[in-house]
Amino acid sequence: MSPRRLFAMAFKEMLQIWRDPHSLAIALLMPMMQMVLLGYGISLDIRGVPLCIYDQERSQTSRALVQRFVASDWFTGVRVLDSDRAVREVMDNGDCAGVVTIPVDFSRVFTTTGSGPVQAVFDATDSNTTNIAIGYAQGVVALTTADFEMRWAQAHGLLPRTVGAVDFQPRVWFNEGLESSYFIIPGVVAVILALVGAQLTSLTISREWERGTMEQLISTPVTALEVMLGKIVPYFLIGLFDAIFCLLAAIFWFHVPFRGSIVLLALTTALFTVVVLGIGYLLSVRIRSQLGASQIALILTLLPTTMLSGYTFPIDQMPAPIRAVSLLVYARYYVTILRAVFLKGSSALDLLGPILALALYALAIVWIAARAFRKSLD
Amino acid sequence: MTVPPDDPAIRAQGLVRSFGPVQAVRGVSLEVRRGEIFGLVGPDGAGKTTIMRMLAGVLRPDAGEIDLGGIDVVAEPERARAELSYMPQRFGLYEDLTVGENIFFYGELFRVPHAQRRARSGQLLEAAGLAPFRRRLAGQLSGGMKQKLGLVCALIHTPRVLLLDEPTTGVDPVSRREFWAILYDLRDSGVTILLSTAYMDEAERCSRLALLHAGLVRTCDTPSGLKRAMAGALVAVVAGDPRAVHAALAGAPGVLGRLLMGDRVHVRVDDSDRRVPELRALLAGRGIADAAFTAIEPGIEDVFVALLGPEEAA
Ligand SMILES: Nc1ncnc2c1ncn2[C@@H]1O[C@H](COP(=O)(O)OP(=O)(O)OP(=O)(O)O)[C@@H](O)[C@H]1O
Ligand SMILES: [Mg+2]
Repeated sequence: MSPRRLFAMAFKEMLQIWRDPHSLAIALLMPMMQMVLLGYGISLDIRGVPLCIYDQERSQTSRALVQRFVASDWFTGVRVLDSDRAVREVMDNGDCAGVVTIPVDFSRVFTTTGSGPVQAVFDATDSNTTNIAIGYAQGVVALTTADFEMRWAQAHGLLPRTVGAVDFQPRVWFNEGLESSYFIIPGVVAVILALVGAQLTSLTISREWERGTMEQLISTPVTALEVMLGKIVPYFLIGLFDAIFCLLAAIFWFHVPFRGSIVLLALTTALFTVVVLGIGYLLSVRIRSQLGASQIALILTLLPTTMLSGYTFPIDQMPAPIRAVSLLVYARYYVTILRAVFLKGSSALDLLGPILALALYALAIVWIAARAFRKSLD
Repeated sequence: MTVPPDDPAIRAQGLVRSFGPVQAVRGVSLEVRRGEIFGLVGPDGAGKTTIMRMLAGVLRPDAGEIDLGGIDVVAEPERARAELSYMPQRFGLYEDLTVGENIFFYGELFRVPHAQRRARSGQLLEAAGLAPFRRRLAGQLSGGMKQKLGLVCALIHTPRVLLLDEPTTGVDPVSRREFWAILYDLRDSGVTILLSTAYMDEAERCSRLALLHAGLVRTCDTPSGLKRAMAGALVAVVAGDPRAVHAALAGAPGVLGRLLMGDRVHVRVDDSDRRVPELRALLAGRGIADAAFTAIEPGIEDVFVALLGPEEAA
C-alpha cells in the first residue's frame, strides 16, 4: 500500500464531497435533523407537562407531596386547586394535562398502613403525553413515598430501609414510562449513525461506475485496499462529526445523564462507525448504481436497526428465533454500550461482550470489503 | 532487463472474449511495434473497445495471451499498469475536479515525483492548449479539451505504451489536429501508441492498421499496403444525383464495389480502361448523361468496402 496513493484517493474523494452539495447535505444535515426529530418525538413531552393538584387534606404530609410535584422538572405551572368545581373547570378548559387529588384522609391512611392512595385524573386526548405524565406522577409519588416510608419506619422503631432506598434509584431509572427518553435517546444515536453511515459509503463505488470514471481508475496502479481506505477515510471523519453532534445533543439538549468514560465512548463510536461505513462500502461494490445501492442500504439497515437493535423494543422480550437473529444486528451492541456508558457509567470490562462483538464485526466487514472490490470490468 | 529493440511492444495472441451470447472478440492476434502508431479500425460493435480493455488489463480475455514488453498482462495486470496508459472511449476523468486536480490525482496514483509532475504537466498543458484552463472544472471543458485533458492525464507518468479508444470522436477538426501533433511528438520520443478510430482520414495517419470486423482482424498492414492489396482500380463518378448513379451501377459487369461518398460515387472495377466506356454508356442508357469518370487513389474506406462488401462496412 502506498500512502501517497491513499492520500490522493482520500483527497479526491473529499474534493468531490465538497463540490457535491447534495452528498454534503446528506452527510451533515440529515443526522442533525433526524436527531432533533427522533429525539423530540420521544422526549419533547418529557418536561413541562401542565399539572394541577387538588389537595383536599392540607396537612403537613400532603403539602410535602405537593411540594414534590412543584419542584419536579417534569411538570410546569403546577397549580394547587381548592374545590371540585375548580377541578372540573381546568379539565374542561384543557388548562391541565391532569389533576392529582390528595384525599382528605391521606395522612391518616398513610400513618396507619404505610401507604397512601392518591387519585389522578388525566386528559386522555393526547394519550402519549398522558401516559408519560402518569409515569412521572407515579415517579414523584414513588419518590415521596420512599421518603415517607423511611420516616414512618423510623417512627415505628423499625430498621431504616436503607437498602430499599438505594435500591429504588435504578428502578426509577429503568422504569420505561418514567425515564424512557434517557433510555431511548442513546439508542437513537446508534440508529442514526447506522442509517446515515451506510448511506454515505453506499454511494462511493457506484458513483465511479455511474459517472464512467471507474474504467480509467482501475487502469492505474491504485490497489483495491487503497481505493477502499481512500473512500472510507473521508466518510469516517464525517461519521465521527455526526456522532459527536448526536452525542452532544443527547447530553446537552436532551439532558441524558452521561456517567461513563469519554474515551470508551469515543473508541466504541469509532468502531461502530467503521462497521456501518464498511457495510455501505460493501453494498456500493456489489451494486453498480447509486440509487440502487443507497436504497438497498436503507432497506438493509432501517428495519434491523430500528426493530432488532433493542433501541425501543427490548431484546429479551423477543421470541427466541428473533433474539437469535438480533445477534447479527451490529447496532444492538452499540445500543447496549451507549446505554451502559451513558446511564450506568460502565467500564470497558463490564462491556467486554458487546465491545468484542463490535470489534469482531468491524474486522470481518473490513476484511470482506477489502476483498470485495476487484479491479476489473467483469 | 534488456529487450531486443525489434521485439514488439504489444503482442496479443488468440484473444477471445464473449459477453453472454455475444462473441465480441473471436480470436484476435496483433503485434504492435515499438514506437509506432497502430490503428484499430472497424465499424460499431466490431470489438475495438473490448480488445483495448483486454490489452489495458481491465477486462479478462476468455482465452488468449497478451505480452507487453515481457509482462504477461493476463496473469499480472498490475505489473503492466505502470508501463501503459489507457484512455477509455467514454470520458473517464472527474468532471467535478478541475483540470489541475485531475492531473494531480493521476500523477499521485502513478507516484510521479512532484517536480517531474509539475514540469511535465506544464509542458503537456501547454502543448494541448489547456494551460489557461487549469482551474476550470473538467466538466466545463469542450469535448475536444476533455479529450486533450484525458491525454495529459494519461501521459503524466510517461508511459511506454498508450492505448487510446476513439480519442478524437466528437472532437472538432482543430482540436483533432492539435491532438495528432501531440501523438506524433510522443511517437518520436519512442512511445508506442495503439488507438482505435472511426475516422478514415485518421486511420491514414497510422503507421499500421488492423481492419476489424465482427470480432476478427480481417487484415493488417500499412495504409498504403492495404490499398495496394486492393483488387481492381478505383474511379470516382460525378453525375447529377449520386444516389441514382449508385443504384444504376448495381450489378453492372466488372463492378467490384460501389461506395457513396457525398456528391460522388466510388466505383471499383476490374479493368478501368475497358469498363469506363461501358459504364458511361450504361448510365446514359438510364438517362444519366455527362458522367465524369476520374481515376482516384483509394482511401481506407474503399479498402474497407472492398474487404467487407458495402453492406457490412456501412
Ligand atoms: N460489457 C458488455 N456487456 C455485453 N456486451 C458487450 C459488452 N461490451 C461489449 N459488448 C458487445 O460486444 C460487441 C463489441 O463491442 P465493442 O464495444 O468492443 O465494439 P466497438 O468496436 O468498440 O464499438 P464502438 O465503435 O461502438 O465503440 C458489441 O456487440 C457489444 O454490444
Ligand atoms: Mg468502442
